[in-house]
Amino acid sequence: MKHLLSINDLGAEGIDEVCRLADHFTEVSQRPIPKVPALRGKTVAMLFYEDSTRTRLSFEVAARRLSADVMGFSVSASSVNKGESVRDTVATVSAMGPDAIVVRHRSAGVPQQTAAWTHASVINAGDGWHEHPTQALLDCYTIRDRLGSVAGRRIVIVGDIKHSRVARSCVMAFTALGAKVTLVAPPTLLPPEVGSWPVDISFSLDAVLSDCDVVYGLRVQKERQSEALLPSLREYTAQWGLTAARAARLHPDALVMHPGPVNRGVEIAPEVLDQPNATLNEQVRHGVAVRMAVLYLLLAADPDLRPEGAGT
Amino acid sequence: MSTVIKGGLVIDQTGERNGDVVVEDGRVVAVGPDLSGDEVLDASGCVVAPGFVDIHAHLRQPGAEEAETIETGSWAAVRGGYSAVVAMPNTNPPIDCAAVVQEVLALGRLAPCDVYTSGTITVGRKGEQLAPMAEMAALGVRLFTDDGNGVQEAGLMRRAMEYAAGLGVVLAQHCEVDSLAAGGHMHEGEWSSRLGIPGVPAEAEELMVMRDIALSRFTGAPIHFQHLSTRGSIAMVRAAREAGLEVTAEAATHHFTLTDEACASYDPVFKVNPPLRPADDRDAVREGLADGAVDAIATDHAPHSPDTKEMPFDQAPPGMLGLETALALALTELNLPLAEVVGLLTWQPAAIAGLKGVHGAPIAPDGPANLCVFDPNETWTVDPDALASRSRNTPYAGRQVRGRVRHTIVGGRPVLVDQEMRP
Repeated sequence: MKHLLSINDLGAEGIDEVCRLADHFTEVSQRPIPKVPALRGKTVAMLFYEDSTRTRLSFEVAARRLSADVMGFSVSASSVNKGESVRDTVATVSAMGPDAIVVRHRSAGVPQQTAAWTHASVINAGDGWHEHPTQALLDCYTIRDRLGSVAGRRIVIVGDIKHSRVARSCVMAFTALGAKVTLVAPPTLLPPEVGSWPVDISFSLDAVLSDCDVVYGLRVQKERQSEALLPSLREYTAQWGLTAARAARLHPDALVMHPGPVNRGVEIAPEVLDQPNATLNEQVRHGVAVRMAVLYLLLAADPDLRPEGAGT
Repeated sequence: MSTVIKGGLVIDQTGERNGDVVVEDGRVVAVGPDLSGDEVLDASGCVVAPGFVDIHAHLRQPGAEEAETIETGSWAAVRGGYSAVVAMPNTNPPIDCAAVVQEVLALGRLAPCDVYTSGTITVGRKGEQLAPMAEMAALGVRLFTDDGNGVQEAGLMRRAMEYAAGLGVVLAQHCEVDSLAAGGHMHEGEWSSRLGIPGVPAEAEELMVMRDIALSRFTGAPIHFQHLSTRGSIAMVRAAREAGLEVTAEAATHHFTLTDEACASYDPVFKVNPPLRPADDRDAVREGLADGAVDAIATDHAPHSPDTKEMPFDQAPPGMLGLETALALALTELNLPLAEVVGLLTWQPAAIAGLKGVHGAPIAPDGPANLCVFDPNETWTVDPDALASRSRNTPYAGRQVRGRVRHTIVGGRPVLVDQEMRP
């Protein structure tokens, strides 16, 4: 596999392989010196056109733990501010010879376009409303870690599905692994013709809450009010927020997940975030191991460097 | 000096017949067997038709000469078999007053085909104030449009239609309700949903078609609909015509050829406005062209320089080239009798643009010598680098198509001979 642009590039087998590799890198991360030479001499460039805390840091830590060199790129301090096009910036960065380019952009499809403009491997770190495959992978890994498997789990994704790249990648990943996914949102926050997706739809969180293994909350942005998609965030929280009262109706083992950053008190009540079944920090921690696995899968050409038991 | 076109099948509004065609001094002088002339153009195996008429071409001049000029766009037209093009007025500055009309017409007089221009309906295409249509009509402008934008205000559109009717000119509407379309970059549906690209629903077009049909009924003024792309739009136009309203419509080649699935490549070469629609809408466009609900094939030829099309999909401008591929796509995709395809490309659009008698006219002695000779069976592969247009944004790169223009004669002058441009 050359690029990771979409969860579809992996399929169920690929996701399983990433998770198996991530098990190994989780172990590496727990060592006193959490570093292996697997990608020594390789260079990973970060091309982040959009603000990011966890994804960018996570990729950087992952690359360094594999002994790769990291080329940082911050849009605010670059030629992009001088009007350089994405294509020219990709050409410039590529000319410095990175082995992988990690791309985040506010426009859907930019990673796919980037792959056509460079010889490096391209990893999609989030493109517009389209996809965020490594987020979905770390979510699969977290569910697998907590509940043993993703297959057969009933997963509720609630929030602004329409504008969410996380939702698109998670739906693909969870259903590929055999989970039963229900999307919950007001109709204004569902994508057009969502009926063609392999999911169930509900407009009521209360209707599906007591019968699920995972509640996955998505960020809801204030702008949705001005676009007439929501009357108010207050009304959103009242109807679709994971309040303490709603959380109390969850099965005791059910997980509360969120890709972050959270609007505390909007999507999920603060006290729910502090409960032991809320996995937000675990998701971030697993993110490093999963991204190590992805970088390793794309860049470690030398099979001798592969850890035992890892497939190809 | 006379030119004889030998051995072709002559197709025009009056029918089909085998025969040679002799042109001299800008007119057809003879049609019949075994004719001769100073220059001989071989037409064996070919159709001899009136030169094509594109009532929807963006020639980009003035303002975006890096994408196209009236000269390069006209050569693209000639390569596509067109003897006449109507330039769209969304230039910079827009063609919204006599001064800009005169500049475009002056540049057009140097072009290898006849260049007509449309004018805007409103000043600056802003949809606020009527443009001086009378002064533009006095210069020969027959089609008025804010193309690229629909006229949003129903009250303003009503007045524009009334005013235009008094001048004997036709308004052409780009149907798109901004409040439904705003922020969209492809058709809203299953594919936009999957790709995470904001969509433009079919209803954004259909609501304005519905409104303008009502306004046509109300005012008695004719209305022409540009580049219709949805089943609903075409059904409404069909019904309006059956009800006797003066409603005409065009379809762009890409709307009967491509579907929204093409956007899955995220290549902005497939971004166009109105957007590519699902297969059912594409089929409805084909049906409309077949049963007469749609009068004309238009190209909506919209050149863009490579750097603007190498942007993220949602930042790239909409539009695709069309002049050099229209005939081939019509023959390859539509499965219609040759005479019907010729009608959709010639006398039917000529009638809408007020060019009847000069373009699309019967091929007969003393008729105008605006002609196209094409081989309906030659197959070829579209190569962006081989186009005459200054731009390269054809969505058909690498596509094998059938039907190729061989000669184009404008005003009696062979400007394309055996696919070679003759400056």
